[in-house]
Amino acid sequence: MTAAFVAGADASSEVPLKRRLKRAERTRRLKALALILPLLLFLLFTFLGPIAGMLWRSVDDWEVRQVLPHTVAALADWDGKDVPGEPAFAALAGDIRTARDAGTVAIASKRLNYALNGFRTIMSGTARNLKALPEPGTAKDTLIGINPAWGERATWVAIKSASGPLTSFYLLGALDLTRNVDGAIVAAPEEQAIYRDVFGRTFTISLGVTVLCLILGFPVAYMLATLPTGQSNVLMIFVLLPFWTSLLVRTCAWIVVLQSEGIVNDSLRWIGLIDEPLRLIYNRFGVYVAMTHVLLPFMILPLYSSMRSISPAYMRAAASLGASPVTAFLRIYLPQTVPGIGAGSLLVFILAIGYYITPALVGGAADQMISYFIAFYTTETVNWGLASALGAVLLLATLLLAVVYGKLVHGQQVTGGMKN
Amino acid sequence: MSDNHAPRTASQRVAWITTVVMASLVLVFLMAPILAIMPLSFSSGSYLTYPLPGLSLRWYEDFLNSPRWVSSLKNSVIIGVASTILSMVLGTLASLGLAQWKSKFKPLVLAIVLSPVVVPGVITAVGLYFFFAPLGLTGSYAGLILAHTALSTPFVVITVSATLQSFDMNLARAAASLGASPIYAFRRVILPLILPGLASGALFAFATSFDEVVVVLFMAGPEQRTLPREMFSGIRENISPTITAAAVILTTISVILLATLEALRRRNERLKGNLR
Repeated sequence: MTAAFVAGADASSEVPLKRRLKRAERTRRLKALALILPLLLFLLFTFLGPIAGMLWRSVDDWEVRQVLPHTVAALADWDGKDVPGEPAFAALAGDIRTARDAGTVAIASKRLNYALNGFRTIMSGTARNLKALPEPGTAKDTLIGINPAWGERATWVAIKSASGPLTSFYLLGALDLTRNVDGAIVAAPEEQAIYRDVFGRTFTISLGVTVLCLILGFPVAYMLATLPTGQSNVLMIFVLLPFWTSLLVRTCAWIVVLQSEGIVNDSLRWIGLIDEPLRLIYNRFGVYVAMTHVLLPFMILPLYSSMRSISPAYMRAAASLGASPVTAFLRIYLPQTVPGIGAGSLLVFILAIGYYITPALVGGAADQMISYFIAFYTTETVNWGLASALGAVLLLATLLLAVVYGKLVHGQQVTGGMKN
Repeated sequence: MSDNHAPRTASQRVAWITTVVMASLVLVFLMAPILAIMPLSFSSGSYLTYPLPGLSLRWYEDFLNSPRWVSSLKNSVIIGVASTILSMVLGTLASLGLAQWKSKFKPLVLAIVLSPVVVPGVITAVGLYFFFAPLGLTGSYAGLILAHTALSTPFVVITVSATLQSFDMNLARAAASLGASPIYAFRRVILPLILPGLASGALFAFATSFDEVVVVLFMAGPEQRTLPREMFSGIRENISPTITAAAVILTTISVILLATLEALRRRNERLKGNLR
C-alpha cells in the first residue's frame, strides 16, 4: 500500500523527490519566517528604529546647514587659514537676514555656541544690528563693524566645523575631547570635561554594587541550593517577593527607612549609639544600599541555578580523600560556581550601568550616573546631539558586555551548567 | 541531593551555621524595607515614623479620593492590559515560528528580539522620544502601549519558547495527519497544552508594563501618568503616607502576580511529574 502510494505520487509529478523535499523545506522555512516577521517589523518601528535614530542624532549636524545654507556653501572651499573672503561675509549677511525673518537665528546660534562659547551673543547682536543688506563689497566691513569677532579666524572655524552634514563633535564631547582651531583632537577645556568622570563614576558604582551583590548573594544562593527543596522553596519567597516588588516601592521604602527621622536613625538614637541622625540617604551610601537591594536577586538566581547542578558527591569525594572543608570548598566547590558567578556579576553590572531611577531618587548631585545626564540633556537643556552621543557610548558598553554574557550563558547551557 | 550536604564534622557545622546566619541576615535585608513601609500606610498620623500613633485607613481613603492617584491606577491597568494583549499575540506567533525555524540567522533574530531587556531604559526612552514625537505618539496612550509592548515581548518569547521546547511537536503532526487544519490543530491541540506557559508570559508582560517608569517619564503627557510615574514624582517632592498606601497597593498586585505564577509553575511541574 505504501509502495503503491509512493509510486502513485511519483507518477503524478515529474519532479524528483529531492527537489520536492527541498521545496517542502522552503515552504516550512517561509511559514516559520512569516510567524516571526510581525514581531521583527514591530520591533523595527518601536525599538530598532528609535535606537538607530538616536545613534544618527549623535553624528547629525543639521542646524547650521539649514539656517545658514549660503554661508556653508561659501565656506566649502575655504582652507581655514585666514579669515575668509568677501563672498563668505556677503553670504553670511544674507543668511542672517533670512534667518531673522524666519525666526531661526536661535537654532543656529545654539549649535554654534557649543562650538565656540559666546557665539550666541555674536549671532543675536549681529541679527539685531544688521539693518539692511550691506552694499556689494562692504559686507566684511559692515559685519566686523557690528561685532569685531567676525574678523577673527576662530569665529569662522566654528561655523565651518558646524557645517555638517556629519560631525564627530558630540561623540568627541562625550569622551571629553574636542577639536582645536586647527582641527586637531585635543582634551576639552576643564570646565566642560566632566563625562570621563561621569563614566568613571558609573563604572565605580556599578562595580561596587556588583561586588556587594556577590558577597551578599553567595551565602544565600549556597544555603538555598543546599537546603531540602521544600525549605528552600519557602525561603526563595524572600528573594522573589522583593524581586517582584515595584522598583519605586523599594526605592521609596529605603528612603523611609534611611531618612533622618527614619527607622534606622531612630533605633540608633534609642540605643544611644548616636546623638545626631546620620546622613544615610541622598548620598553615595544610599545609592549603594538601594541599588544593591534592587539588583541582589539578579545575582542570587543565576548563582543558585549553577550551585544546584553541582553534585554533592564531589565534596564528599574530596572529604574522603582527606581535604579539609576549606580546601574542598576552595578547590572543588568554588571553581564549579565560577560560571554562575560570571553570569550573575555580568548581569548585575550590565543592569547597573544603565540605572536611572534609583540613583535619581536616592543619590545626591555627585552620585548621578550616565543615564541621568542622558535624560538631562534630552529634556532639560535640549542638547540632543550630546544626549545621543552619551547614549551611544553607554549602548556600546552595554552591548559589548551583553555579548560576553551571551557567550558565557550559552556555553553553560551546552555543558548543562545553567539549564533553568 | 540536599541531605547529602548535611554537615558531618564540627568544623563543617560551624561553617554551615555561619553560612545560614549570614544568608538569613541578607534575606532580612531583602525583605525588611518592604515590610517596614507597609504598616506606615495604616498610620493615623501624618508622619512616617514609628511607633504608630494609631491605626486608620485614612491614607487609603486619601488615595481613593484623589483623582490623580485613581486615574494613574486606571492608566496603569489600561496600558498594562493593552500591551499584554499585543505582546502576547506578537510574542506567541514569533515563538511558534522560532521553534520550527532552522537558520544560521536564528541567533541574530533572537538577539534582536531579546535586546529590549538588555538595552538601558534611558536609551530606549530617549530613542522613542525622538522617534515618536514627530509622529504625534508622545503624550498618547497608543505610544505608551507600543513602547511597553516592545519592552514586554522578550519576556513572552522567553516564557512561551521554554514551554514549546517541552511540547512534543509530534502531537501537532498527528493532528495534521488526522486531517486537522493548522489553525484547528493549534486551537485544539497546541493551545491547551501550552496555555500555562502563555499565562506566565502574560503575567510577565503585565508586570513589566505595570512597573515600567523610565519610558513613561519621557513619553507620557499629564493624561497618561501611570502609578509608578505618580509615585516617582511623589517621592521626589515629599513622601506622604498616601505614597505608602500606593506602595502597599502596588505590592499587593505584585504578590498576586507572583502567587499566580508560582501556582502555574507548580501545576506545570506536577503535570510533568505525572507524565514521567
